[in-house]
Amino acid sequence: MKQEIYSPGKEYNSWQYTTFKLLRMENEAIISIKGVSKQFSMGKGKFTALSEINMQVKKGEFTGIVGPSGSGKTTLLNIIGSLDTPTEGTVKVLGNDISNLSAKKSASLRKTKLGFIFQTYNLLPVHTVFENVEFPLLLLKLSTEKRRKMVEEALSWLGIEDKAKSRPAQLSGGECQRVAIARAMVKKPEIVLADEPTANLDAANSHNILKAMVQLNQQLKTTFVFATHDDKVIKYLRRQVELFDGKIARDNMITQKEA
Amino acid sequence: MLAFKLAYRNLIGAGLRTWLNVFILSIAFVIIIWHKGLLDGWDKQARRDMISWEYGGGQYWQSKYDPYDPFSISESHGAVPEKLQQQVQKGNLLPILVAQGTIYPEGRVQSIRIKGIKANQNILQLPTDHFNKESENIQALIGQNMAQSNSLDSGEFVILRWRDVNGTFDAREIQIAGIFKTNAPSVDIGQVWVPLEKLQSMLKTPGEATILVKKNTEVPTSQVSGWEFKDLEVLLADLDAIIKSKNVGGSIFWFILLLLAMLAIFDTQVLSIFRRQKEIGTYIAMGMTKRQVVGLFTVEGAFHSVLAILVGAVYGIPLFIWQANTGISFPMEGQDYGLAISEIMYPAYSLTLVVGTILVVIIATLIVSYLPARKISKMKPTEALRGKLQ
Repeated sequence: MKQEIYSPGKEYNSWQYTTFKLLRMENEAIISIKGVSKQFSMGKGKFTALSEINMQVKKGEFTGIVGPSGSGKTTLLNIIGSLDTPTEGTVKVLGNDISNLSAKKSASLRKTKLGFIFQTYNLLPVHTVFENVEFPLLLLKLSTEKRRKMVEEALSWLGIEDKAKSRPAQLSGGECQRVAIARAMVKKPEIVLADEPTANLDAANSHNILKAMVQLNQQLKTTFVFATHDDKVIKYLRRQVELFDGKIARDNMITQKEA
Repeated sequence: MLAFKLAYRNLIGAGLRTWLNVFILSIAFVIIIWHKGLLDGWDKQARRDMISWEYGGGQYWQSKYDPYDPFSISESHGAVPEKLQQQVQKGNLLPILVAQGTIYPEGRVQSIRIKGIKANQNILQLPTDHFNKESENIQALIGQNMAQSNSLDSGEFVILRWRDVNGTFDAREIQIAGIFKTNAPSVDIGQVWVPLEKLQSMLKTPGEATILVKKNTEVPTSQVSGWEFKDLEVLLADLDAIIKSKNVGGSIFWFILLLLAMLAIFDTQVLSIFRRQKEIGTYIAMGMTKRQVVGLFTVEGAFHSVLAILVGAVYGIPLFIWQANTGISFPMEGQDYGLAISEIMYPAYSLTLVVGTILVVIIATLIVSYLPARKISKMKPTEALRGKLQ
């Protein structure tokens, strides 16, 4: 079916209007980075981790910030995730200017709109799988019943329902990363930031994990931003922003045909 | 509420590590309460014994009487004033006459204090009904420690020498009419109790006394010329001073115990800051504010003491009840201390002691939990996520 183009002034019913609004939102950048630099103090000198970064990420993208170690991928991902602030430039995430965000608002943004996946899973060791996945929902103060349903749904997306009562120490690396993804996805965030999510996994596990993420990206329209130098991940990306020495060296949008 | 839920999960999830800390802390709790209870019990028992055996509800002292000056004893007696005589007759005051004397048990010379007391009194716990009124001998009561140290037994005779009011020496054999057991060494060691009328006639001081013991504190006190009233606060001052010094020692012990318990919490918390850095970073990444994280760690620390109270209650309450009923055998002799120490000590656990200790420990735990947790607030989330030691 051919998609109708929105014409200002023309009358539409509420369904059509909502569709146009959603389409417009899809085309709008939900992450906007302008002239971002980041410097760290190192003894008496300063180390430049990022320099003059400009990029935008639209809703539903499956984007990777790629590059060798020390190129600034994690730093950029931390800034997007409001865990760090840029030395220069502006970063807007879902309309929030990260540089000027108070600690409370920054925490609120992470709590409601962002999901994190870490290289070392960062699961809470004394909690069960269920409790780990439930954690972001506890912060959102949802009811017990709602939390239970959402956790069960997230565990089923990742195929780890049978591990609900296990503790992280009883799981394999692949299972741990699935739990980490379930935890990041359970609240259905707008953006998931994944830092080297497959670095500790073998090829088979990496592919399974990535397939799961692609599926979630397509089903829930969640935006995924990866920081990676793993070829296994790069193969799945629809956009690669290549960093080298803190600068964007290349920004590749991979077409359906190439993929 | 979230902090409580998460702290509970973290503590229960940590399993053995938590329970070890909790158990150590509970031991500190129980020992602190037990030790303080023992001191309080001793304090109460000592006061009770001194009152029932010697001080009654307070004492009138003849103005020259100084129990620490043996040279003035012979002059420190006087006729009971009319005003007080009425109370004596009503049974509200007990006259005691005090004199210096010497006994010669097994050929040894033993300086003693002779105290004359009415045979039919019921103000002090002394068993004066042992005085045999029909005997022609001078009947005497002595304490168990006095009997042991002088190898005297009930029914035996010993020579007693004294000086009367005119300074004339006299001596006679006295018969041990009874040996009493007391926790108050001041009525036992170096004391020989004889019937008041007999001592008055021996000293040639009829109707005179040195001390008048009040039946209880409710008996009204009068100002009488030549006599000074000493209330229980004055009479128990020495005991209070000893108890106070014991309490200082006890407080040091209490402080050390509390410090050890707090050290366990502090150590756990400090270790947490270093070992759980990634976890802290994860909390922040998932949307917790630094304040919430500090709150979580503080509540976790405080939960240790709450769990310790519960665990301590499980074995502490039966232990305290058992000890309060059966007491604790005290191997030391009372005379070593010079104050009333029972052979069996009964700890006293007051609500103030238990609640006070619980509050002090909880507050101290909150402080030692908060201090390391405060360091978290200075930690960069990105550094914490990497688990980088700072």
